[in-house]
Amino acid sequence: MHMENTLEIGAYSFGDTQRGPDGSSRSTAEAIKNLFDAIVHADRVGLDYFGVGEHHTVSMPASSPGALIAAAAAATTQITLGSAASIISTDDPVRVFQQFATADAISGGGRIEITAGRGSSVETFPLFGFDLNDYDELYAQKLDLLLTLNNTTTEHVTWSGRTRPPIPDLAVVPRPINGSLPIWIATGGSAPSSARAGRLGLPISYGIIGGQPHRFAPLANLYRQSAAQAGHTGDNIKVSVATFGLVAPTKKEAVERMYPGWVNLNVEMGRLRGWPVPQRSSYLAQVDAPSAYFVGDPDDVAERIVALHGHLGHMRHFLQGDHGGLPQEHLLESLTLLATEVKPRVDRLLAAK
Amino acid sequence: MSSQQATTIGILGAGRAGTALARQAVKAGYQVRIATTAPAAENALLVDIVTPGAVAVESSQAAASDLVVLAIPLHKYRTLNQSDLAGRIVIDAMNYWAPVDGVFDDFESDSRTTSEVVEEFLRDARVVKSLNHIGYHELEEDDQPAGTATRRALALAGDDARAKALVANFIDRLGYDAVDAGPLAAGRSFQPATEIFTGSHTANQLVALIQKVRPLVDAA
Repeated sequence: MHMENTLEIGAYSFGDTQRGPDGSSRSTAEAIKNLFDAIVHADRVGLDYFGVGEHHTVSMPASSPGALIAAAAAATTQITLGSAASIISTDDPVRVFQQFATADAISGGGRIEITAGRGSSVETFPLFGFDLNDYDELYAQKLDLLLTLNNTTTEHVTWSGRTRPPIPDLAVVPRPINGSLPIWIATGGSAPSSARAGRLGLPISYGIIGGQPHRFAPLANLYRQSAAQAGHTGDNIKVSVATFGLVAPTKKEAVERMYPGWVNLNVEMGRLRGWPVPQRSSYLAQVDAPSAYFVGDPDDVAERIVALHGHLGHMRHFLQGDHGGLPQEHLLESLTLLATEVKPRVDRLLAAK
Repeated sequence: MSSQQATTIGILGAGRAGTALARQAVKAGYQVRIATTAPAAENALLVDIVTPGAVAVESSQAAASDLVVLAIPLHKYRTLNQSDLAGRIVIDAMNYWAPVDGVFDDFESDSRTTSEVVEEFLRDARVVKSLNHIGYHELEEDDQPAGTATRRALALAGDDARAKALVANFIDRLGYDAVDAGPLAAGRSFQPATEIFTGSHTANQLVALIQKVRPLVDAA
Protein backbone atom coordinates (compact mmCIF):
# COMPACT_ATOMS: atom_id res chain seq x y z
CA MET A 1 0.00 0.00 0.00
CA HIS A 2 1.21 3.46 -0.86
CA MET A 3 1.65 5.53 2.31
CA GLU A 4 2.13 9.27 2.34
CA ASN A 5 5.19 10.22 4.35
CA THR A 6 4.04 13.70 5.25
CA LEU A 7 0.91 14.72 7.02
CA GLU A 8 -0.93 17.99 6.70
CA ILE A 9 -2.43 19.16 9.97
CA GLY A 10 -5.64 21.12 10.05
CA ALA A 11 -8.94 21.95 11.66
CA TYR A 12 -12.57 22.11 10.67
CA SER A 13 -15.70 23.67 12.07
CA PHE A 14 -19.45 23.83 11.55
CA GLY A 15 -19.53 27.18 13.33
CA ASP A 16 -20.04 27.24 17.08
CA THR A 17 -22.61 29.57 18.57
CA GLN A 18 -21.53 30.84 21.97
CA ARG A 19 -23.83 30.57 24.99
CA GLY A 20 -24.79 33.07 27.63
CA PRO A 21 -24.40 32.34 31.36
CA ASP A 22 -27.98 31.00 31.42
CA GLY A 23 -27.23 28.61 28.57
CA SER A 24 -29.12 30.61 25.94
CA SER A 25 -27.61 31.01 22.48
CA ARG A 26 -25.73 34.15 21.58
CA SER A 27 -25.92 35.36 18.02
CA THR A 28 -25.22 33.15 15.03
CA ALA A 29 -23.58 36.13 13.31
CA GLU A 30 -21.02 36.23 16.11
CA ALA A 31 -20.33 32.52 15.50
CA ILE A 32 -19.58 33.18 11.83
CA LYS A 33 -17.26 36.07 12.69
CA ASN A 34 -15.50 33.88 15.27
CA LEU A 35 -15.04 31.19 12.66
CA PHE A 36 -13.65 33.68 10.16
CA ASP A 37 -11.23 35.00 12.82
CA ALA A 38 -10.18 31.44 13.65
CA ILE A 39 -9.38 30.70 10.00
CA VAL A 40 -7.29 33.86 9.69
CA HIS A 41 -5.52 32.93 12.92
CA ALA A 42 -4.88 29.39 11.67
CA ASP A 43 -3.28 30.82 8.53
CA ARG A 44 -1.00 33.14 10.54
CA VAL A 45 0.24 30.41 12.88
CA GLY A 46 0.96 28.09 9.96
CA LEU A 47 -1.79 25.49 9.98
CA ASP A 48 -2.01 23.56 6.70
CA TYR A 49 -5.77 23.27 6.24
CA PHE A 50 -9.10 24.63 7.44
CA GLY A 51 -12.43 23.08 6.50
CA VAL A 52 -15.84 24.68 6.86
CA GLY A 53 -18.66 22.17 7.16
CA GLU A 54 -22.10 23.07 5.88
CA HIS A 55 -24.54 22.96 8.78
CA HIS A 56 -27.92 24.57 9.27
CA THR A 57 -28.61 24.67 12.99
CA VAL A 58 -28.61 27.49 15.54
CA SER A 59 -25.75 25.89 17.45
CA MET A 60 -23.75 25.16 14.26
CA PRO A 61 -24.57 27.92 11.77
CA ALA A 62 -21.88 27.60 9.06
CA SER A 63 -24.55 27.27 6.38
CA SER A 64 -22.55 28.87 3.56
CA PRO A 65 -19.00 27.52 3.26
CA GLY A 66 -18.51 29.13 -0.15
CA ALA A 67 -19.14 32.65 1.15
CA LEU A 68 -17.02 32.16 4.24
CA ILE A 69 -14.17 30.59 2.29
CA ALA A 70 -14.20 33.40 -0.28
CA ALA A 71 -13.86 35.91 2.55
CA ALA A 72 -11.13 33.83 4.18
CA ALA A 73 -9.33 33.47 0.85
CA ALA A 74 -8.89 37.25 0.78
CA ALA A 75 -7.60 37.41 4.35
CA THR A 76 -5.15 34.48 4.28
CA THR A 77 -1.96 33.73 2.40
CA GLN A 78 -0.89 30.11 2.75
CA ILE A 79 -3.58 27.88 4.25
CA THR A 80 -5.60 25.45 2.15
CA LEU A 81 -9.33 26.10 2.50
CA GLY A 82 -12.16 23.75 1.72
CA SER A 83 -15.65 22.73 2.55
CA ALA A 84 -15.92 19.87 5.01
CA ALA A 85 -18.29 19.15 3.56
CA SER A 86 -20.63 20.81 1.03
CA ILE A 87 -23.99 19.06 1.04
CA ILE A 88 -24.28 18.82 -2.70
CA SER A 89 -27.44 16.66 -2.70
CA THR A 90 -29.51 19.73 -1.91
CA ASP A 91 -27.39 22.46 -3.45
CA ASP A 92 -26.89 23.56 -7.03
CA PRO A 93 -23.56 22.12 -8.23
CA VAL A 94 -23.18 24.99 -10.69
CA ARG A 95 -23.36 27.51 -7.86
CA VAL A 96 -21.10 25.46 -5.58
CA PHE A 97 -18.51 25.23 -8.32
CA GLN A 98 -18.75 28.93 -9.17
CA GLN A 99 -18.47 30.01 -5.53
CA PHE A 100 -15.36 27.92 -4.93
CA ALA A 101 -13.83 28.91 -8.27
CA THR A 102 -14.43 32.52 -7.24
CA ALA A 103 -12.69 31.90 -3.91
CA ASP A 104 -9.87 30.24 -5.85
CA ALA A 105 -9.46 33.38 -8.00
CA ILE A 106 -9.33 35.53 -4.89
CA SER A 107 -6.89 33.17 -3.12
CA GLY A 108 -4.32 33.42 -5.90
CA GLY A 109 -4.98 29.83 -6.93
CA GLY A 110 -4.31 26.36 -5.63
CA ARG A 111 -5.60 26.79 -2.08
CA ILE A 112 -9.31 26.08 -2.53
CA GLU A 113 -10.95 22.64 -2.43
CA ILE A 114 -14.46 21.23 -2.46
CA THR A 115 -15.46 18.24 -0.39
CA ALA A 116 -18.75 16.78 -1.54
CA GLY A 117 -20.92 15.04 1.03
CA ARG A 118 -24.42 13.97 1.80
CA GLY A 119 -24.52 15.54 5.26
CA SER A 120 -24.94 13.61 8.48
CA SER A 121 -28.50 14.79 8.93
CA VAL A 122 -31.26 15.65 6.55
CA GLU A 123 -32.31 19.17 7.50
CA THR A 124 -31.31 20.56 4.11
CA PHE A 125 -34.03 18.54 2.34
CA PRO A 126 -37.02 20.46 3.74
CA LEU A 127 -34.98 23.69 3.82
CA PHE A 128 -34.24 23.65 0.11
CA GLY A 129 -37.40 21.89 -0.96
CA PHE A 130 -36.09 18.45 -1.89
CA ASP A 131 -37.69 15.04 -1.42
CA LEU A 132 -35.85 12.58 0.79
CA ASN A 133 -37.03 9.75 -1.43
CA ASP A 134 -34.62 11.14 -4.03
CA TYR A 135 -31.66 11.06 -1.61
CA ASP A 136 -29.42 8.70 -3.59
CA GLU A 137 -30.41 9.95 -7.03
CA LEU A 138 -29.81 13.59 -6.11
CA TYR A 139 -26.39 12.85 -4.69
CA ALA A 140 -25.25 10.78 -7.67
CA GLN A 141 -26.58 13.22 -10.26
CA LYS A 142 -25.26 16.34 -8.59
CA LEU A 143 -21.87 14.82 -7.99
CA ASP A 144 -21.73 13.87 -11.66
CA LEU A 145 -22.56 17.44 -12.69
CA LEU A 146 -20.02 18.90 -10.26
CA LEU A 147 -17.30 16.62 -11.64
CA THR A 148 -18.26 17.49 -15.20
CA LEU A 149 -17.98 21.21 -14.44
CA ASN A 150 -14.62 20.67 -12.79
CA ASN A 151 -13.20 18.44 -15.51
CA THR A 152 -14.31 20.63 -18.39
CA THR A 153 -11.31 22.45 -19.79
CA THR A 154 -13.23 25.22 -21.51
CA GLU A 155 -15.55 27.86 -20.13
CA HIS A 156 -18.55 26.23 -21.83
CA VAL A 157 -20.16 23.17 -20.35
CA THR A 158 -22.54 20.57 -21.73
CA TRP A 159 -24.30 18.17 -19.40
CA SER A 160 -27.56 16.30 -19.18
CA GLY A 161 -29.05 14.19 -16.43
CA ARG A 162 -32.25 13.30 -14.66
CA THR A 163 -32.66 15.83 -11.86
CA ARG A 164 -32.58 19.09 -13.80
CA PRO A 165 -32.84 20.38 -17.37
CA PRO A 166 -29.75 19.87 -19.54
CA ILE A 167 -26.94 22.39 -19.78
CA PRO A 168 -26.37 22.96 -23.52
CA ASP A 169 -22.92 24.47 -24.01
CA LEU A 170 -23.41 27.24 -21.45
CA ALA A 171 -20.68 29.36 -19.88
CA VAL A 172 -19.81 28.41 -16.30
CA VAL A 173 -17.31 30.92 -15.00
CA PRO A 174 -14.83 31.64 -13.58
CA ARG A 175 -12.53 28.72 -14.30
CA PRO A 176 -10.14 27.74 -11.48
CA ILE A 177 -6.65 29.20 -11.86
CA ASN A 178 -5.04 25.75 -12.10
CA GLY A 179 -7.74 24.45 -14.44
CA SER A 180 -9.68 22.50 -11.85
CA LEU A 181 -10.27 22.30 -8.11
CA PRO A 182 -9.49 19.32 -5.90
CA ILE A 183 -12.83 17.61 -5.26
CA TRP A 184 -13.00 15.17 -2.35
CA ILE A 185 -15.67 12.69 -1.36
CA ALA A 186 -16.69 12.83 2.32
CA THR A 187 -17.94 9.69 4.03
CA GLY A 188 -18.67 8.55 7.55
CA GLY A 189 -17.18 5.21 6.66
CA SER A 190 -19.58 3.04 4.73
CA ALA A 191 -17.82 0.43 2.60
CA PRO A 192 -19.82 1.11 -0.58
CA SER A 193 -18.92 4.83 -0.35
CA SER A 194 -15.23 3.95 -0.09
CA ALA A 195 -15.43 1.66 -3.10
CA ARG A 196 -17.35 4.28 -5.10
CA ALA A 197 -14.83 7.04 -4.37
CA GLY A 198 -12.05 4.71 -5.47
CA ARG A 199 -13.81 3.80 -8.69
CA LEU A 200 -14.34 7.52 -9.38
CA GLY A 201 -10.66 8.16 -8.75
CA LEU A 202 -11.43 10.91 -6.24
CA PRO A 203 -9.67 11.59 -2.94
CA ILE A 204 -11.65 10.45 0.10
CA SER A 205 -12.20 12.19 3.43
CA TYR A 206 -13.29 10.07 6.40
CA GLY A 207 -15.23 11.72 9.19
CA ILE A 208 -14.53 9.52 12.21
CA ILE A 209 -16.63 10.66 15.16
CA GLY A 210 -16.72 7.58 17.35
CA GLY A 211 -15.45 4.06 17.87
CA GLN A 212 -11.83 3.23 17.15
CA PRO A 213 -10.43 5.12 14.16
CA HIS A 214 -7.90 2.40 13.24
CA ARG A 215 -10.89 0.23 12.34
CA PHE A 216 -11.18 2.36 9.20
CA ALA A 217 -8.04 0.65 7.85
CA PRO A 218 -9.94 -1.92 5.74
CA LEU A 219 -12.05 0.89 4.29
CA ALA A 220 -8.98 2.89 3.27
CA ASN A 221 -7.56 -0.30 1.78
CA LEU A 222 -10.83 -0.93 -0.09
CA TYR A 223 -10.72 2.65 -1.36
CA ARG A 224 -7.15 2.28 -2.68
CA GLN A 225 -7.74 -1.13 -4.23
CA SER A 226 -10.99 0.03 -5.85
CA ALA A 227 -9.09 2.96 -7.35
CA ALA A 228 -6.30 0.67 -8.60
CA GLN A 229 -8.79 -1.78 -10.08
CA ALA A 230 -10.44 1.07 -11.99
CA GLY A 231 -7.06 2.21 -13.28
CA HIS A 232 -6.77 5.31 -11.11
CA THR A 233 -3.31 6.08 -9.79
CA GLY A 234 -1.35 9.17 -8.85
CA ASP A 235 -1.79 12.14 -6.58
CA ASN A 236 -5.55 12.15 -6.59
CA ILE A 237 -5.75 8.83 -4.73
CA LYS A 238 -5.38 9.97 -1.16
CA VAL A 239 -7.09 9.83 2.21
CA SER A 240 -7.81 12.54 4.75
CA VAL A 241 -9.25 12.08 8.22
CA ALA A 242 -11.48 14.40 10.24
CA THR A 243 -11.93 13.70 13.95
CA PHE A 244 -13.04 15.44 17.10
CA GLY A 245 -10.13 16.92 18.97
CA LEU A 246 -8.70 19.81 20.90
CA VAL A 247 -5.15 20.62 21.94
CA ALA A 248 -4.17 22.44 25.15
CA PRO A 249 -0.89 22.82 27.03
CA THR A 250 -1.76 19.78 29.16
CA LYS A 251 -3.95 16.75 28.55
CA LYS A 252 -6.02 17.59 31.62
CA GLU A 253 -6.77 21.08 30.33
CA ALA A 254 -7.68 19.79 26.89
CA VAL A 255 -10.06 17.21 28.33
CA GLU A 256 -11.71 19.77 30.62
CA ARG A 257 -11.96 22.42 27.90
CA MET A 258 -13.78 20.24 25.41
CA TYR A 259 -16.11 18.60 27.94
CA PRO A 260 -18.72 21.36 28.52
CA GLY A 261 -19.30 21.78 24.79
CA TRP A 262 -19.48 18.02 24.36
CA VAL A 263 -22.20 17.90 27.00
CA ASN A 264 -24.12 20.74 25.34
CA LEU A 265 -23.85 19.09 21.95
CA ASN A 266 -25.00 15.72 23.25
CA VAL A 267 -27.84 17.17 25.31
CA GLU A 268 -29.07 18.98 22.21
CA MET A 269 -28.68 15.96 19.93
CA GLY A 270 -30.17 13.73 22.61
CA ARG A 271 -33.27 15.90 22.88
CA LEU A 272 -33.72 15.63 19.14
CA ARG A 273 -32.78 12.00 18.74
CA GLY A 274 -34.01 10.46 21.97
CA TRP A 275 -30.60 9.78 23.46
CA PRO A 276 -30.15 9.58 27.21
CA VAL A 277 -28.43 12.37 29.16
CA PRO A 278 -24.72 12.21 28.29
CA GLN A 279 -22.46 10.71 30.95
CA ARG A 280 -19.05 12.05 31.81
CA SER A 281 -17.81 8.47 31.81
CA SER A 282 -18.73 8.01 28.16
CA TYR A 283 -16.81 11.19 27.31
CA LEU A 284 -13.75 10.08 29.27
CA ALA A 285 -13.91 6.66 27.62
CA GLN A 286 -13.21 8.33 24.28
CA VAL A 287 -10.37 10.74 25.07
CA ASP A 288 -7.49 8.25 25.13
CA ALA A 289 -5.90 6.10 22.44
CA PRO A 290 -7.15 4.18 20.57
CA SER A 291 -10.48 6.00 20.87
CA ALA A 292 -11.90 8.69 18.65
CA TYR A 293 -11.38 12.01 20.42
CA PHE A 294 -7.95 13.52 19.75
CA VAL A 295 -8.02 15.59 22.91
CA GLY A 296 -4.72 16.18 24.62
CA ASP A 297 -1.40 17.92 24.88
CA PRO A 298 0.79 18.22 21.77
CA ASP A 299 2.73 15.01 22.51
CA ASP A 300 -0.41 12.95 23.01
CA VAL A 301 -2.22 14.25 19.93
CA ALA A 302 0.87 14.00 17.70
CA GLU A 303 1.56 10.42 18.79
CA ARG A 304 -2.03 9.39 18.15
CA ILE A 305 -2.15 11.03 14.72
CA VAL A 306 1.04 9.22 13.72
CA ALA A 307 -0.23 5.92 15.15
CA LEU A 308 -3.40 6.26 13.09
CA HIS A 309 -1.30 7.14 10.06
CA GLY A 310 0.30 3.71 10.41
CA HIS A 311 -3.16 2.21 9.81
CA LEU A 312 -4.70 4.57 7.28
CA GLY A 313 -1.76 6.23 5.50
CA HIS A 314 -3.70 9.47 5.41
CA MET A 315 -2.09 12.66 4.10
CA ARG A 316 -4.14 15.11 6.17
CA HIS A 317 -5.61 14.99 9.66
CA PHE A 318 -7.92 17.76 10.83
CA LEU A 319 -9.69 18.31 14.10
CA GLN A 320 -12.93 19.83 15.30
CA GLY A 321 -13.04 20.98 18.90
CA ASP A 322 -15.43 23.90 18.74
CA HIS A 323 -18.90 22.70 19.47
CA GLY A 324 -21.45 23.43 22.17
CA GLY A 325 -19.95 26.87 22.87
CA LEU A 326 -16.20 26.34 23.19
CA PRO A 327 -14.66 29.64 24.30
CA GLN A 328 -13.00 31.25 21.29
CA GLU A 329 -9.65 31.64 23.09
CA HIS A 330 -9.53 27.88 23.63
CA LEU A 331 -10.13 27.28 19.93
CA LEU A 332 -7.43 29.77 18.96
CA GLU A 333 -4.92 28.26 21.39
CA SER A 334 -5.67 24.79 20.04
CA LEU A 335 -5.06 26.01 16.47
CA THR A 336 -1.77 27.59 17.54
CA LEU A 337 -0.62 24.42 19.28
CA LEU A 338 -1.67 22.27 16.33
CA ALA A 339 0.47 24.33 13.97
CA THR A 340 3.44 25.09 16.20
CA GLU A 341 3.67 22.07 18.52
CA VAL A 342 1.73 19.12 17.06
CA LYS A 343 2.84 19.49 13.46
CA PRO A 344 6.61 19.50 14.15
CA ARG A 345 6.18 16.47 16.41
CA VAL A 346 4.23 14.66 13.71
CA ASP A 347 6.95 15.47 11.17
CA ARG A 348 9.62 14.19 13.55
CA LEU A 349 7.77 10.99 14.41
CA LEU A 350 7.07 10.25 10.74
CA ALA A 351 10.69 10.89 9.78
CA ALA A 352 11.83 8.45 12.47
CA LYS A 353 9.65 5.65 11.12
CA MET B 1 -29.91 -26.67 8.12
CA SER B 2 -30.36 -28.59 11.33
CA SER B 3 -33.60 -27.99 13.14
CA GLN B 4 -32.03 -25.88 15.89
CA GLN B 5 -29.31 -23.92 14.20
CA ALA B 6 -28.79 -21.83 11.14
CA THR B 7 -25.63 -22.40 9.13
CA THR B 8 -26.03 -19.78 6.42
CA ILE B 9 -26.63 -16.09 7.02
CA GLY B 10 -27.67 -13.77 4.21
CA ILE B 11 -27.16 -10.08 4.78
CA LEU B 12 -28.89 -7.51 2.61
CA GLY B 13 -26.92 -4.29 2.85
CA ALA B 14 -23.17 -3.61 3.01
CA GLY B 15 -23.23 -0.40 5.01
CA ARG B 16 -21.76 -0.04 8.47
CA ALA B 17 -24.36 -2.24 10.16
CA GLY B 18 -24.35 -4.95 7.49
CA THR B 19 -20.56 -5.27 7.33
CA ALA B 20 -20.13 -5.26 11.13
CA LEU B 21 -22.72 -8.00 11.42
CA ALA B 22 -21.08 -9.95 8.62
CA ARG B 23 -17.70 -9.92 10.38
CA GLN B 24 -19.23 -10.95 13.67
CA ALA B 25 -21.17 -13.77 11.99
CA VAL B 26 -18.04 -15.01 10.19
CA LYS B 27 -16.25 -14.98 13.53
CA ALA B 28 -19.06 -17.08 14.98
CA GLY B 29 -18.51 -19.68 12.27
CA TYR B 30 -21.40 -19.01 9.93
CA GLN B 31 -21.34 -19.07 6.16
CA VAL B 32 -22.09 -15.43 5.40
CA ARG B 33 -23.40 -14.07 2.11
CA ILE B 34 -23.70 -10.36 1.43
CA ALA B 35 -25.74 -8.65 -1.25
CA THR B 36 -26.73 -5.12 -2.16
CA THR B 37 -28.68 -3.69 -5.06
CA ALA B 38 -25.39 -3.74 -7.01
CA PRO B 39 -24.33 -6.91 -8.87
CA ALA B 40 -22.30 -9.40 -6.81
CA ALA B 41 -19.19 -8.81 -8.93
CA GLU B 42 -19.21 -5.16 -7.98
CA ASN B 43 -19.19 -6.09 -4.27
CA ALA B 44 -16.50 -8.79 -4.49
CA LEU B 45 -13.57 -6.54 -3.61
CA LEU B 46 -15.56 -4.86 -0.83
CA VAL B 47 -16.46 -8.18 0.75
CA ASP B 48 -12.91 -9.57 0.40
CA ILE B 49 -11.39 -6.59 2.17
CA VAL B 50 -14.00 -5.41 4.63
CA THR B 51 -15.69 -8.68 5.60
CA PRO B 52 -13.12 -11.39 4.85
CA GLY B 53 -14.60 -14.86 4.97
CA ALA B 54 -17.99 -13.74 3.69
CA VAL B 55 -19.03 -14.06 0.06
CA ALA B 56 -20.54 -11.46 -2.26
CA VAL B 57 -23.68 -12.85 -3.91
CA GLU B 58 -26.75 -11.65 -5.76
CA SER B 59 -29.60 -10.62 -3.49
CA SER B 60 -31.69 -13.63 -4.50
CA GLN B 61 -28.85 -15.89 -3.29
CA ALA B 62 -28.53 -14.01 -0.02
CA ALA B 63 -32.25 -14.42 0.46
CA ALA B 64 -31.88 -18.21 0.11
CA SER B 65 -30.14 -18.45 3.48
CA ASP B 66 -31.27 -19.96 6.76
CA LEU B 67 -31.50 -16.47 8.24
CA VAL B 68 -31.73 -13.26 6.23
CA VAL B 69 -30.82 -9.96 7.87
CA LEU B 70 -32.25 -6.71 6.56
CA ALA B 71 -29.52 -4.10 6.99
CA ILE B 72 -30.56 -1.47 4.46
CA PRO B 73 -31.93 1.99 5.24
CA LEU B 74 -35.50 1.36 6.38
CA HIS B 75 -37.07 3.77 3.90
CA LYS B 76 -35.83 1.52 1.09
CA TYR B 77 -37.78 -1.50 2.36
CA ARG B 78 -40.01 -1.45 -0.71
CA THR B 79 -36.98 -2.38 -2.82
CA LEU B 80 -36.86 -5.78 -1.08
CA ASN B 81 -37.91 -8.69 -3.27
CA GLN B 82 -41.09 -10.23 -1.90
CA SER B 83 -40.85 -13.52 -3.75
CA ASP B 84 -37.17 -14.04 -2.86
CA LEU B 85 -38.04 -13.64 0.81
CA ALA B 86 -41.26 -15.66 0.80
CA GLY B 87 -41.14 -18.28 3.56
CA ARG B 88 -37.79 -16.99 4.81
CA ILE B 89 -36.83 -16.14 8.35
CA VAL B 90 -35.97 -12.48 8.16
CA ILE B 91 -34.29 -10.47 10.90
CA ASP B 92 -35.34 -6.84 10.67
CA ALA B 93 -32.39 -4.82 11.99
CA MET B 94 -33.70 -1.54 10.53
CA ASN B 95 -34.99 1.51 12.37
CA TYR B 96 -37.15 4.51 11.68
CA TRP B 97 -35.26 7.46 13.05
CA ALA B 98 -36.77 10.61 11.61
CA PRO B 99 -34.34 13.08 13.25
CA VAL B 100 -31.47 11.33 11.46
CA ASP B 101 -32.95 9.82 8.33
CA GLY B 102 -35.84 12.16 7.69
CA VAL B 103 -39.62 11.92 7.81
CA PHE B 104 -41.31 9.22 5.74
CA ASP B 105 -45.07 8.96 5.41
CA ASP B 106 -45.10 5.14 5.43
CA PHE B 107 -44.16 5.19 9.10
CA GLU B 108 -45.55 8.53 10.26
CA SER B 109 -49.06 7.64 9.17
CA ASP B 110 -48.97 4.11 10.59
CA SER B 111 -49.25 3.45 14.31
CA ARG B 112 -47.75 -0.03 14.04
CA THR B 113 -44.09 -0.79 14.62
CA THR B 114 -41.90 -0.51 11.56
CA SER B 115 -41.27 -4.26 11.62
CA GLU B 116 -44.99 -4.92 11.28
CA VAL B 117 -45.08 -2.61 8.27
CA VAL B 118 -42.13 -4.48 6.79
CA GLU B 119 -43.69 -7.87 7.51
CA GLU B 120 -46.91 -6.84 5.82
CA PHE B 121 -44.97 -5.70 2.77
CA LEU B 122 -42.99 -8.96 2.63
CA ARG B 123 -46.26 -10.91 2.94
CA ASP B 124 -44.94 -14.46 3.40
CA ALA B 125 -41.71 -13.90 5.34
CA ARG B 126 -41.39 -14.70 9.02
CA VAL B 127 -40.04 -11.47 10.42
CA VAL B 128 -38.15 -11.28 13.71
CA LYS B 129 -37.17 -7.83 14.93
CA SER B 130 -33.71 -7.73 16.51
CA LEU B 131 -30.13 -6.42 16.17
CA ASN B 132 -31.60 -2.95 15.65
CA HIS B 133 -30.69 -1.74 19.13
CA ILE B 134 -26.95 -2.29 19.22
CA GLY B 135 -24.51 0.11 17.59
CA TYR B 136 -22.38 -1.20 14.77
CA HIS B 137 -19.24 -0.35 16.76
CA GLU B 138 -20.57 -2.16 19.76
CA LEU B 139 -21.61 -5.34 17.97
CA GLU B 140 -17.98 -6.33 17.47
CA GLU B 141 -16.78 -5.04 20.85
CA ASP B 142 -19.38 -5.99 23.45
CA ASP B 143 -19.65 -9.74 22.74
CA GLN B 144 -18.89 -12.12 25.60
CA PRO B 145 -19.00 -15.90 26.03
CA ALA B 146 -22.25 -17.48 27.20
CA GLY B 147 -22.49 -17.64 30.95
CA THR B 148 -20.57 -14.43 31.61
CA ALA B 149 -22.44 -12.56 34.35
CA THR B 150 -22.10 -9.18 32.66
CA ARG B 151 -22.94 -10.44 29.18
CA ARG B 152 -24.97 -7.97 27.15
CA ALA B 153 -28.41 -9.07 26.02
CA LEU B 154 -30.38 -8.28 22.89
CA ALA B 155 -34.15 -8.41 22.57
CA LEU B 156 -36.08 -10.08 19.80
CA ALA B 157 -39.74 -9.96 18.85
CA GLY B 158 -41.69 -12.02 16.37
CA ASP B 159 -44.83 -14.04 15.81
CA ASP B 160 -43.22 -17.34 14.75
CA ALA B 161 -41.82 -19.43 17.59
CA ARG B 162 -39.47 -21.53 15.45
CA ALA B 163 -38.10 -18.47 13.70
CA LYS B 164 -37.48 -16.85 17.06
CA ALA B 165 -35.68 -19.93 18.38
CA LEU B 166 -33.28 -19.85 15.43
CA VAL B 167 -32.68 -16.12 15.80
CA ALA B 168 -32.11 -16.51 19.56
CA ASN B 169 -29.49 -19.14 18.86
CA PHE B 170 -27.87 -16.85 16.28
CA ILE B 171 -27.73 -13.98 18.78
CA ASP B 172 -26.18 -16.28 21.38
CA ARG B 173 -23.47 -17.39 18.94
CA LEU B 174 -22.76 -13.74 18.08
CA GLY B 175 -21.89 -13.27 21.74
CA TYR B 176 -25.06 -11.97 23.33
CA ASP B 177 -27.90 -13.28 25.49
CA ALA B 178 -31.21 -13.30 23.63
CA VAL B 179 -34.37 -12.12 25.39
CA ASP B 180 -37.76 -12.81 23.85
CA ALA B 181 -39.84 -9.64 24.13
CA GLY B 182 -42.98 -11.30 22.74
CA PRO B 183 -44.88 -10.97 19.46
CA LEU B 184 -43.62 -8.76 16.64
CA ALA B 185 -45.67 -5.82 17.94
CA ALA B 186 -43.71 -6.00 21.20
CA GLY B 187 -40.72 -4.74 19.25
CA ARG B 188 -42.10 -1.33 20.18
CA SER B 189 -40.24 -1.70 23.47
CA PHE B 190 -36.87 -1.53 21.73
CA GLN B 191 -37.44 0.91 18.88
CA PRO B 192 -35.42 4.15 18.75
CA ALA B 193 -35.61 6.52 21.73
CA THR B 194 -36.60 3.74 24.15
CA GLU B 195 -34.48 2.92 27.19
CA ILE B 196 -33.59 -0.44 25.68
CA PHE B 197 -32.58 1.13 22.36
CA THR B 198 -30.29 3.73 23.85
CA GLY B 199 -28.65 1.60 26.54
CA SER B 200 -26.72 -1.59 27.14
CA HIS B 201 -28.30 -4.23 29.36
CA THR B 202 -27.87 -7.73 30.73
CA ALA B 203 -30.61 -10.30 30.25
CA ASN B 204 -32.09 -9.66 33.70
CA GLN B 205 -32.16 -5.92 33.13
CA LEU B 206 -33.69 -6.40 29.70
CA VAL B 207 -36.44 -8.67 31.04
CA ALA B 208 -37.29 -6.06 33.68
CA LEU B 209 -37.38 -3.26 31.12
CA ILE B 210 -39.58 -5.27 28.76
CA GLN B 211 -42.01 -6.04 31.61
CA LYS B 212 -42.06 -2.39 32.61
CA VAL B 213 -43.19 -1.22 29.19
CA ARG B 214 -45.35 -4.24 28.43
CA PRO B 215 -48.67 -2.60 29.43
CA LEU B 216 -47.91 0.28 27.07
CA VAL B 217 -47.07 -2.09 24.25
CA ASP B 218 -50.24 -4.12 24.81
CA ALA B 219 -52.35 -0.97 24.84
CA ALA B 220 -50.87 0.32 21.58
